[in-house]
Amino acid sequence: MHEMSIARNTCEIALAHLPADDASPVKSVKVRIGELAGVVPESLRFCFSIIAGDSRLAGATLITEEIPATADCKTCNKQVSLDFGVFICPACGSTEISILSGTELQIIEIELNDDAGAST
Amino acid sequence: MSVITIERKILEKNDEVAGQNRSLFLEHGVFVLNLISSPGSGKTSILERTIELLGGKIRLAVIEGDVQTDLDAQRIARYNVPAVQIVTRGGCHLEANLVRDALQNLELAGVQLLIIENVGNLVCPSGFDLGENHKVVIASVTEGDDKPLKYPEIFHRASVLIINKIDLLQYVPCDINVLRGNALRVNPSLKIFETSCTTGAGIQEWCGWLKGQVSRQQ
Repeated sequence: MHEMSIARNTCEIALAHLPADDASPVKSVKVRIGELAGVVPESLRFCFSIIAGDSRLAGATLITEEIPATADCKTCNKQVSLDFGVFICPACGSTEISILSGTELQIIEIELNDDAGAST
Repeated sequence: MSVITIERKILEKNDEVAGQNRSLFLEHGVFVLNLISSPGSGKTSILERTIELLGGKIRLAVIEGDVQTDLDAQRIARYNVPAVQIVTRGGCHLEANLVRDALQNLELAGVQLLIIENVGNLVCPSGFDLGENHKVVIASVTEGDDKPLKYPEIFHRASVLIINKIDLLQYVPCDINVLRGNALRVNPSLKIFETSCTTGAGIQEWCGWLKGQVSRQQ
């Protein structure tokens, strides 16, 4: 259940980015999870709700943006979607591929419930 | 609604500590392996066979990761090899800070090879860099030949696969060629060894590779 550790790290980073002068509740925390990152989004959302419960993040929703695995094939020069867990070009069978996406494990943004209008 | 943009890696703190561990290992010329497998695949047995063969030739140290007990560290200490036990008390994988803390109890000066035995688990340890040179995944033939397809992350991130318990092949429905093929589909550059800790098969080849890696690190 390493999602618990990932949820703890997510909460720590989110809390460190909350403005000290604005106590508005947090509406959501958005994370990006690649298909190859080995993280189960449902588990992460569950763990987040537990860890967030004791902090300023209590009640916030964890939004998980899931990224499919894609690669650049050096042999047929195509950008391809990878079958889960198989690191071979599905178009030509080459093993000479470089991963373009799918390994992400990032915290993207926090949204506050402060009625201040959208801004970044 | 205000949006605060962050765009950071969630495990950046672990990666930062792993980087510090890696610098420390490099400074001392220590070659480091992170041994990962499901429980009961033979991580500790492979460690024992490795120590028996290389113990007199290479200065080794071991960090043992377990959910509970220091039984594995006791097994290794019998060989007069420095061994530090990390007990995670329920934690399903090692993290870089646990290794950093364990290093407080391990004299790195003079050590040429440090083997970190992770908690028995094929899923959770794969995303946590500890500062190692290589991840080594062990799959025993009793687990079946489909493990690489079921747990692709760790087989993809590892540099080496040890297929262990090959002496039991005749008793279990596992086709070693299918196992090899599945592993190479997930990671075409995987270096594969076939071993038995009972008969000693393949241990020489594995230790030969290890010796070469250690001498390159010095």
